[in-house]
Amino acid sequence: MMQFDTWKTILVAFVCLAGVAYAAPNLMQKGIGDDLPMGVPGKQISLGLDLQGGSYLLLEVEADVVVQERLEAIVDGARRALREARIGYVGLGVEGDAAGFTLREPADLERAREIAAELDSDATVSVEGDRVALTMGEEAIRQIKINAVQQSIEIVRRRVDETGTREPLIQRQGIDRILIQLPGIDDPQRIKELIGQTAKLTFHLVAVGADAGRPPPGARTLPMLEGGDIVIERRVMVSGENLVDAQPSFDQNSQPVVTIRFDSAGGQRFGRATSENVGKPFAIVLDGQVISAPVIREPILGGSAQISGRFSVQEAQDLALLLRAGALPAPLTVLEERSVGPGLGADSIAAGEIAAVIGLVLVVGFMVLCYGLFGIFANIALFVNIILILGALSALQATLTLPGIAGIVLTIGMAVDANVLIFERVRDELAAGRSPINALDAGYSRALTTIIDSNLTTLFAAVFLFALGSGPVKGFAVTLGIGILTSMFTAIMVTRLFVALWARRRRPTSLPI
Amino acid sequence: MKPLRLVPRDTAVPFVKHRLLAFAFSAALVLGSIAAVLGIGLNFGIDFKGGTLIEVRTSEPANIGQMRSDLNGLDLGEISLQEFGSERDVLIRIQRQEGEEAEQIKAIEVVRNTLPADVEFRRTEFVGPTVGQELIEAGILAVGLALLSILIYIWFRFEWQFGVGAIVALSHDIISTLGLFAIIQHEFNLATVAAVLTIAGYSINDTVVVYDRVRENLRRYKTMPLAELFNISVNDTLSRTTMTSLTTLLALFAIYFFGGAVLADFALAMIWGIVVGTYSSIFIAVPLLLYTGLRRGDDDTGDESMLPEYERTVKNGS
Repeated sequence: MMQFDTWKTILVAFVCLAGVAYAAPNLMQKGIGDDLPMGVPGKQISLGLDLQGGSYLLLEVEADVVVQERLEAIVDGARRALREARIGYVGLGVEGDAAGFTLREPADLERAREIAAELDSDATVSVEGDRVALTMGEEAIRQIKINAVQQSIEIVRRRVDETGTREPLIQRQGIDRILIQLPGIDDPQRIKELIGQTAKLTFHLVAVGADAGRPPPGARTLPMLEGGDIVIERRVMVSGENLVDAQPSFDQNSQPVVTIRFDSAGGQRFGRATSENVGKPFAIVLDGQVISAPVIREPILGGSAQISGRFSVQEAQDLALLLRAGALPAPLTVLEERSVGPGLGADSIAAGEIAAVIGLVLVVGFMVLCYGLFGIFANIALFVNIILILGALSALQATLTLPGIAGIVLTIGMAVDANVLIFERVRDELAAGRSPINALDAGYSRALTTIIDSNLTTLFAAVFLFALGSGPVKGFAVTLGIGILTSMFTAIMVTRLFVALWARRRRPTSLPI
Repeated sequence: MKPLRLVPRDTAVPFVKHRLLAFAFSAALVLGSIAAVLGIGLNFGIDFKGGTLIEVRTSEPANIGQMRSDLNGLDLGEISLQEFGSERDVLIRIQRQEGEEAEQIKAIEVVRNTLPADVEFRRTEFVGPTVGQELIEAGILAVGLALLSILIYIWFRFEWQFGVGAIVALSHDIISTLGLFAIIQHEFNLATVAAVLTIAGYSINDTVVVYDRVRENLRRYKTMPLAELFNISVNDTLSRTTMTSLTTLLALFAIYFFGGAVLADFALAMIWGIVVGTYSSIFIAVPLLLYTGLRRGDDDTGDESMLPEYERTVKNGS
């Protein structure tokens, strides 16, 4: 007799109901249930960017730059400290991930070591002969990079938010990468421009009369926006960190400018520096380029200033935005970009649906043709299977991608496999002379190990695809993996329930299989 | 209505007897595939090679010649254009530019600005060389680990001889899929790797089903010559093998013809994989067991009284 325990019946009914509850919202208007908490039925399947349209950007934070800056800061600090302590040195500079200098007088070693130890708490001081080196350890470098990435993510988020993009996803990936997903944006050019600038703003005095080819110590040569070079003092008068606001506006000649406002510390420093240097030019430096170098006509004491630099209106707006959002600690590089327009996304969904329906009709027809009534049982299980897949995708909030749709269609084809195994086994048992009920029992129990063995191996492939695949391929692995699990459940439990109910009612003397 | 039987009950095709023929065919297939992959090479997509791909749709049937000459005047190196799915859809591939990632991004913008304003940009993909290299490594790792885990699982569930047979059949399927892509020169990209892994899963699935029957028959027919026993096992499962392959192929053909141009190559790889995977389970995986020194009793539980009645030994030929 076909046994089917009551608890199994309840389990099947419960799982099917849960599947329907989770899958049903997908039939409703889009956007419904978006605010519900995770796990509650009512959420819809979230579509991947390749289906809803949008941009995916993978950025790398050039965190080495931050490490280099840190080392250069050590060098600057060492120069000042050694000079103050009147210790003679040569060869002060950065080499690899260490900053170092060589003493003229070996007798200064102890004092030099003390000075070095105070320069940067993260660096390790080592002495070799009369050379003192400050090395950034691996752990220190890692920490610097992590901080830089953390900070970059914050800044990128602010910049992206300023553009009014809805629901951007910005997250860290690996050690020094940032993943940005922008639904609904199919040309991320403006975003790329905005995140392509570090927007590091500094004000320096111009080293008047210095030779651009050989800048004196403490000065450096930078390119000008309008062409040519200019020598500026390294020392920063005031920097973008002291900004509280930046807005695009126009100057008295109706040229677009950016009006900035300093915080009180910045305002004071700027006021003092301009008071002391009336009549001299100062340089406004943005990302290593001098935007303009106006002459200080009078002390600027109000804490606000204008940056002019032959901007277009758009450029002035963007610069203001960047300055408001803050500077990136290091430049970002776009490693990967995938953008899909809404048209292609909609077409992909439509094509996927058509393929799924046609695949389904073919498979369903074929099963009825080959297994008759039992084919119908298998087909009911197939529909349950699809509902369960959609329900699981909604419940887990997994992302459905175009390859994911292919995974579902493929699962439609492969899902019947478990039933085929069982039905073929039942046929074998009938042919071996068993009674119909015996044959059904034996068919199910003997096919079970085969079903588990064969599905588990496919599941392995899905797991590795998920673990190592990226983006859309992950979506394929998800639907394939879910499909394998649900198809095992439907074949072993759901069809079996139908077959058991049928056998109990009809008490068949022969099987229509 | 009487259910249709694709494979009649008393089918007894002498698969194992003609194994040398199948081995020769498969050896030629595998060697040819290796030669094609090494000689012609795979047409790697931008996922692996790095570079840029832009899919556009024009309002009128696209004048590819005009677009090509416009774009080739840009001094961006090799730019290839190709109709994609319909005569209004064009796929533009821009080779990797000299220099860093920033140069690549610039090239996209130049191309976007060069094409007429009424062109719809449906898709832009850019993969930098760093990521491309990583994707290659991740792909190889995924395939390698999947094979290894499958091998271990089969070893654990069966005997090592079955594991060897399964891996040979599996490698056969994967190598010939690579060979197919080298010969037809369709793009080999991330989706193709996904297809290859799915083929691996499917192929092993198919092989395991037949092996399961071999194992069962080994217990049942204690004195039957192995070659005959293997052949019976293959014939026993032939109906299931063809049924499952057919339903899966039906679904795949639906994707191939109606699922859109992006999925077509994926479906093509899968279709090939299902066909060759089914073939290898029957003609390679099982006959190969003859040469692995598989002995009766290697997989025996020993005590027959523990088995259900229908699992116990039946005299040869019953």
